[in-house]
Amino acid sequence: MPALQAARCPGCSVVTFPAAPACPRCGAETAPHPLSTRGRLWTWTVQRYPPKSPPHVGPGGGFQPYVVGYVELQEGVRIEAVVDVSPAEVAIGMPLELRGGAGVPHASAVRDDG
Amino acid sequence: MKALVLGAARTAFGRSTDTGRAHAVRAVRAALADAGVRWDEIGAAFGGSDAAGNADTLVAELGLTGVPFVNVRNGCATGGSALISAVNAIASGMAEVVLAVGFDKHPPGAFDPRPADWGLPDEYGRDGLMVTTQFFGMKIQRYQHDHAISARTLALVAEKAYRNGARTPEAWRRKPLTADEILASEMVSDPLTRFMFCSPGEGAAAVVLAAPGGGRRPGVMIDAVSLRSRRFGTFEVFSPWLPTGELTSVSTEAARAAFEAAGVGPEDVDVAQLQDTESGAEIMHMAECGFCEHGEQEALLAAGTTEIGGRLPVNTDGGCIANGEPIGASGLRQVVEVVTQLRGRAGDRQVPGRPRVGFTHVYGAPGVSACTVLSR
Repeated sequence: MPALQAARCPGCSVVTFPAAPACPRCGAETAPHPLSTRGRLWTWTVQRYPPKSPPHVGPGGGFQPYVVGYVELQEGVRIEAVVDVSPAEVAIGMPLELRGGAGVPHASAVRDDG
Repeated sequence: MKALVLGAARTAFGRSTDTGRAHAVRAVRAALADAGVRWDEIGAAFGGSDAAGNADTLVAELGLTGVPFVNVRNGCATGGSALISAVNAIASGMAEVVLAVGFDKHPPGAFDPRPADWGLPDEYGRDGLMVTTQFFGMKIQRYQHDHAISARTLALVAEKAYRNGARTPEAWRRKPLTADEILASEMVSDPLTRFMFCSPGEGAAAVVLAAPGGGRRPGVMIDAVSLRSRRFGTFEVFSPWLPTGELTSVSTEAARAAFEAAGVGPEDVDVAQLQDTESGAEIMHMAECGFCEHGEQEALLAAGTTEIGGRLPVNTDGGCIANGEPIGASGLRQVVEVVTQLRGRAGDRQVPGRPRVGFTHVYGAPGVSACTVLSR
């Protein structure tokens, strides 16, 4: 899976995703930054009903509730993602792997290796 | 920067066949009547809606007096922005008697954000991350984790809202619901259930202000109005990323500015209206605005502190949860409620003990907050 491409401010280390051309804190020009892929769930909710369509395009086979959350990464950023974990098992602090792809970031559960 | 409230009025919120503008005209006429002021005595006017048209077109029904009428459109801070503009118009000498009006009308299930309008790639809409309720669920979910707030406390906030709404003739949701019923209603965005949320609706509120003194009869004063946009580090709706570390709060900034300008503190407030888009928002705004420490809400709600008979009554008219959320009107609805309470005319929901100092707070996307301190 490709790493997500973010941007980082060389001055104040702020990481933005999607990559912003200028740092929202100090206004400096940013540099490309590939996000790390391991993190922990900072917060979450469950989308219990189908979002309005358009703009939403659901997967085939009918609507299933899905978890949305923020994955906290070591470089000091929390990334919003669809969390591919069952609503019954999701918990703040759980270790996750973050990955890019065709759409928004997705995260999935991984073994806790500390 | 102070102003005397000559008149204050609102319409019945909810859903009807009326237009938002019709609500606005009714609210303005009622505020003028309350003030004992004729429309042609208004020297400047500020107002707006988010989705129900331009306020300056109201002159077609109110009268073509040539009044300078400025349209305001600032999301959930529309009413607060109209109010701060009105107070500044008085302070600057632009006019002596000034109107502020906010109104709106939204269909059921309103608020259709488009990714491009928020500077986001299309996939955020396509893949189902542009749903406002997700943000509210995620913010209070983390807050509960950090500060030990229970789901029952979230339900108690909504229970209070419906109880106060039942005592407010102009409220929309006037049927009391128990905490158990609120907890058992369908889950919308965990941990928030259907009855913990406000609904988009319609309504209007207006105030007539004047410069203090000048032989006018004393009344409720606006001691301070503040308006702030966010600084770095807040948690806002539709954010693909957040910085780590402690969250900052635009509500904290706006509340602090209002209290400093008024020369009072949260401990002096006898009645408060806090943005309650859903139950979690009221809980977090209690602390963000300085009324308690983070985490104290669990004990404060259990003790009934924010009830009408408690030490700090919050959302005495039922707030957004019981009145619905006509975006442009809510900020001035809060001001009308505080004025009504400070005048001692709140009927069944009157805060006992002759409240003297009141506070209002709105918060909304994309990170704006407006606060008011009033006293008599």
